[in-house]
Amino acid sequence: MTDPPEVPRPQHSGPPAQRYRPVRATAERRPLGGARPLRIVGVVLLALLGFTLAVSVRSQRTASQLATARPEDLVRVLDDLDSRSARLRTQIADLQRARDRLSVTGSDAAALAEARKRIQDLGILAGTIAAQGPGIELTISDPRHSVAAEVLVDTVEELRDSGAETIELAGIRLGANSWIADTAQGLSVDGHPVAAPYLVRAIGDPPTMQKALQIPGGVVDTVDARPGASATIRTASTLAVRSLRSLPGAGYAQPAHR
Amino acid sequence: MIGAAALVLGLIVGLVLQPTAPGWLVPYLPIAIVAALDAVFGAVRAALDRIFDDRVFVVSFVSNVLVAAFIVYLGDKLGVGSQLSTAIVVVLGIRIFSNAAAIRRHFFKA
Repeated sequence: MTDPPEVPRPQHSGPPAQRYRPVRATAERRPLGGARPLRIVGVVLLALLGFTLAVSVRSQRTASQLATARPEDLVRVLDDLDSRSARLRTQIADLQRARDRLSVTGSDAAALAEARKRIQDLGILAGTIAAQGPGIELTISDPRHSVAAEVLVDTVEELRDSGAETIELAGIRLGANSWIADTAQGLSVDGHPVAAPYLVRAIGDPPTMQKALQIPGGVVDTVDARPGASATIRTASTLAVRSLRSLPGAGYAQPAHR
Repeated sequence: MIGAAALVLGLIVGLVLQPTAPGWLVPYLPIAIVAALDAVFGAVRAALDRIFDDRVFVVSFVSNVLVAAFIVYLGDKLGVGSQLSTAIVVVLGIRIFSNAAAIRRHFFKA
């Protein structure tokens, strides 16, 4: 496309030997001063080339490629970036949806576990589910029917005061509305007739309940004071109470909003 | 000799001053440099063949640079700037290689 500079015909510029030798001599003798104008121009051009090389290399390295790119290249780059950002946006939306789903199920699971635990706690307190744990067994033998209902009520109260969480009397699970009454046929617990000996099983802290029953003038003393009656306490590291209560359901009380 | 010294001097000045090229010039700089390198290699080969001529060197240098830049400019206007740049680099690269081969033959006789 351009004039090949490496093949200047000798006939264009005269005999090469003639041209070359004086040039060399000049360069050796006076580097700049008296050189021919064209030689100076060539040297300046070479210096300019070096300068431009440095500038170009540096701008290629430091300057942003975008600042100097052609419009069509910029359009292509922009298209690439657009499609890439669209792809990433879709990805972000997907991930956010997944995160929301997971967090919802996560809180659901936590709430469910919490609710289950509450159901269990309340069920144990209300007597609707079986319970097990450390506790004591109190046996009141009363061959002469001298132990009245109030003794057993005192016993239950004493056990509750000493932290019993689950109480079973003669195979009947006791709840908040349990009652004990004297009848002609003997004792009645929640309407069920019970006969001596009475077995009271309570789940709670065994030493505390034992001490509460054995305090002077307490349940054990009272029972022992009755004619022919006696009370024995056995602590158990694991006690299972499998008798259940049915919830009567609230007739009047409704949950009140705070 | 003095040419090589000028080249090195220009490089050093450029590296020391660290100027930034104006934006409109930057796309043409690489092409211009390749074209100028073509002229330089041709000049070295001519010098080794003892047919070096200042006038031919200056004219070929300037015309090489101008024609290459003009072709790139035209290509930019026509929408084929990058393709024409590639074409120029390929053609000039071939010429540089053939000149380098001639120089090598001159030095190593091989």
